[in-house]
Amino acid sequence: MAHTLAAQINSLLAALILLSAFALLAQRKIMGLVHIFAWQGFFLALSTAVIGFASGEHHLYISSLLTLGMKVFLLPYILYSLVHKLKIHRDIEAVVNIPTTMLLGIVLVVFSYHLTAPIRELSNLMTRSTLAVALATVMLGLLMMVTRRHAVTQILGFLAMENGLFFAATSATYGMPMVVELGVALDLLIAAFIFGIFFFHINTTFDSLDVDQMAKLKETD
Amino acid sequence: MTPLDITGFAVLLLLALAAAAPLLRSVRTLQIPLAFSLSAVASLAAVVAGVMTVADGSVASATMSLGIPGLPFHLRLDPLAGFFLVVIGLMGLFVSIYSIGYVKGYGGQRSITHMICFYTLFLAGMLLVVLADDAYFFLVAWELMAAASYFLVMYEDERAENRRAAFLYLLIAHAGAIAILLAFGVMAGQSGQGGFDGYTFDAMRTAHLSSGWATAAFFLAFFGFAAKAGVIPLHVWLPEAHPVAPSNISALMSGVMLKTSIYGICRFVFDFIKVFPWWWGGVVLALGLISAVMGVLYALMQHDLKRLLAYHSVENIGIILIGLGLSMIFASFQLPTLAALALVAALYHTLNHAMFKGLLFMGAGAVLHATHERNMEEMGGLIHRLPWTAPLFLVGCVSISALPPFNGFVSEWLTFQAFLLSPALPHPILKLLIPLGAALLALTGALAAACFVKVFGVVFLGQWRGHQKPDHIHEVVWSMRSGMLLAAITCLLLGIFPTWVISWLDTIPEQLCGGRIAESAGRYGWMWLTPIAHQRASYSGPVVFIGILTVVAVTWLLLHVRATRVSRVPLWDCGFAKLTPRMQYTASSFSMPIRRVLGFLFAVREQVEIVPHTNHPAMPGSLQYRLRVRDRFWNWLYAPQGDAAYWLARQAGKLQHGHIQVYLLYSFITLIVLLVFLG
Repeated sequence: MAHTLAAQINSLLAALILLSAFALLAQRKIMGLVHIFAWQGFFLALSTAVIGFASGEHHLYISSLLTLGMKVFLLPYILYSLVHKLKIHRDIEAVVNIPTTMLLGIVLVVFSYHLTAPIRELSNLMTRSTLAVALATVMLGLLMMVTRRHAVTQILGFLAMENGLFFAATSATYGMPMVVELGVALDLLIAAFIFGIFFFHINTTFDSLDVDQMAKLKETD
Repeated sequence: MTPLDITGFAVLLLLALAAAAPLLRSVRTLQIPLAFSLSAVASLAAVVAGVMTVADGSVASATMSLGIPGLPFHLRLDPLAGFFLVVIGLMGLFVSIYSIGYVKGYGGQRSITHMICFYTLFLAGMLLVVLADDAYFFLVAWELMAAASYFLVMYEDERAENRRAAFLYLLIAHAGAIAILLAFGVMAGQSGQGGFDGYTFDAMRTAHLSSGWATAAFFLAFFGFAAKAGVIPLHVWLPEAHPVAPSNISALMSGVMLKTSIYGICRFVFDFIKVFPWWWGGVVLALGLISAVMGVLYALMQHDLKRLLAYHSVENIGIILIGLGLSMIFASFQLPTLAALALVAALYHTLNHAMFKGLLFMGAGAVLHATHERNMEEMGGLIHRLPWTAPLFLVGCVSISALPPFNGFVSEWLTFQAFLLSPALPHPILKLLIPLGAALLALTGALAAACFVKVFGVVFLGQWRGHQKPDHIHEVVWSMRSGMLLAAITCLLLGIFPTWVISWLDTIPEQLCGGRIAESAGRYGWMWLTPIAHQRASYSGPVVFIGILTVVAVTWLLLHVRATRVSRVPLWDCGFAKLTPRMQYTASSFSMPIRRVLGFLFAVREQVEIVPHTNHPAMPGSLQYRLRVRDRFWNWLYAPQGDAAYWLARQAGKLQHGHIQVYLLYSFITLIVLLVFLG
């Protein structure tokens, strides 16, 4: 009984994660993006804790706490302060307009469900139905990186992808081994610092964080 | 101490020198003599070990606890390896002595440490190539040799020409190394042993290959070794890299390094595969003939001294391959004695070429050292300025032209004997065709002689052609002279006492193709060399030598015994009183008849430009002659490949847009496509 309830709560959280992934695609303000990212991290932490409770894998609590600390507080804070320091509050520009991006996103979600259908047949974990959502989150993150011009939005896309991967790991196998998870968390943190440093450099070199400016670095013919 | 221990000592000494080269820098004055005399000692040790191994016909092997797990380094010293140890060691010894003086010339301008380090690594790499007894160790040694020689070719790296030559060398050497690696892979894969065991040479010796796989392995290996040896059409790096390397290095590269590929071919064919169809030998023979004739023709067209010598290496590798090819043909028809004769001819020529080509490159280095000039058209009359170098260089010229009593004659004569015995083959077409090869070899010998008449005549005889007065030219230092002298004496000894050399060499053909020739060759004592039977052919080095000495002595006596006074007067100038040294016969004019007859083989561009005199157009004011001879193979084989690679690179470069989104899109699309197909 508890398991069905947990599975239902988990499905709800998965839906919220997917919703926040779409929200990331739809949002035009940078600060808004950072907030949505923090919410996505929160749903992820919650879902991890629920799965940990239901499956009895107690190390998932630690993962959950780690996710909460990193993705809800630390990374959003770093991004928040970056946005303030670099004074970038204006609207972000998309390569493809937002409605089209959303439609592409829907296609990707359908595609993910199609891909994971055989796995759903084989698996008997209670989280099996959310694997498609996890895959969709990864793809939506990648879609966000492809369609946005601004460096900060690309980082957010990257971090959203990472969220999707993490969610995929918990849904497919009840999480990665603790050591791997700690390592990934550390990597993420370091990546955030490196991005921060790069932002400053890109900003000072090109007077902008528009990654299209970097086409100037191309070897000329 | 066993020969293997002695060789191990030599290799370790060289490696230690390479490691200690930076430390030696603190003892600046001693650095060069110490390093090069120690490498001379190491080379001498290799010679001793090689001589002992070949004389005994002994086989020793060892395993080192280095290498990758499951495949430790295997070492093996058998007569074939021992023979090449002698080739490497002898030349290493002479060149090391020569280098003491030669490298001193670089003092203060360039890093001596760099030279010592790569020189010793180069020698150690060559020794390890012949010692290696598994594919992995062989390739490690092979690459050590290639990389060290690359840095040595690059030694004078401030000129773009040198960097280009070194790059071309590295490129072709690596194309060859990949082919060798693939050949080993085929052998190992077909040996039927699991894991890394198939990669030991022992496994390859016992492997039973189907004829298709054996052919694949042989041609891959032959391609790889031919790239290193400079067999036409893979020779283009050779005339680029040899002239730009320092001369002691050119002597080693041309004299010795090329021979490691001969070693590789012998090892592959006679030791690993053993049973092969006759047409493999036919291919080797045909390529050898083409290399010999084309190599000497290209050499004739050159007027850069070292470039000319480099083309002669192509020619001589061709002559060695002729011997090997004949030996393979005889072996495939089960004629072990004739196979042994041809193999001995090839190996003997290997040793001889190492000696006289080393001598010639050292001589060219001495000329370069004295004149700072590589262009023969700017030299002349150096016999007066370089009284030691000139006769020693002449010894090299006579040897390479295959004239008695020097060593080149003996090995080419043996090759001819092998040719003339080909009617013994039970195959009518081969019987007809192979003697034609003998005619080509004779043509090669004649052209080589013409070429060296040109070299010696233009460089050492006549009058100085250069623009500046030749007052700055002095004879080179004693160590360079003694290096050349030792090589010249070896050339003479190898020419006078061939019977001893052949009876020493005899263990190699006995192990590789089951035949011996020492018994028949030495039946009439050490004076007479009778390769098969004295009714057919015999040659006596000592008698010819004594005969030549007698003729020279008698002539000298006739000239000097009567106290005639020699009066020197100006040359008769046909009434034209303004003769200058620039009007002498030049290298280009010497080779002009041959260029006219055989010019279609090259891309020759001749331009004559007459600037009329200001007074009247009928009167020529000045005349300019430009000649450019280029290798056709470059445009046929290499330029299209280079263009194709460039075109492909440009097409691939179109993927680069500079937009991060586009790059990300590539990953995204790849991901989706993979998921669609694999999901």
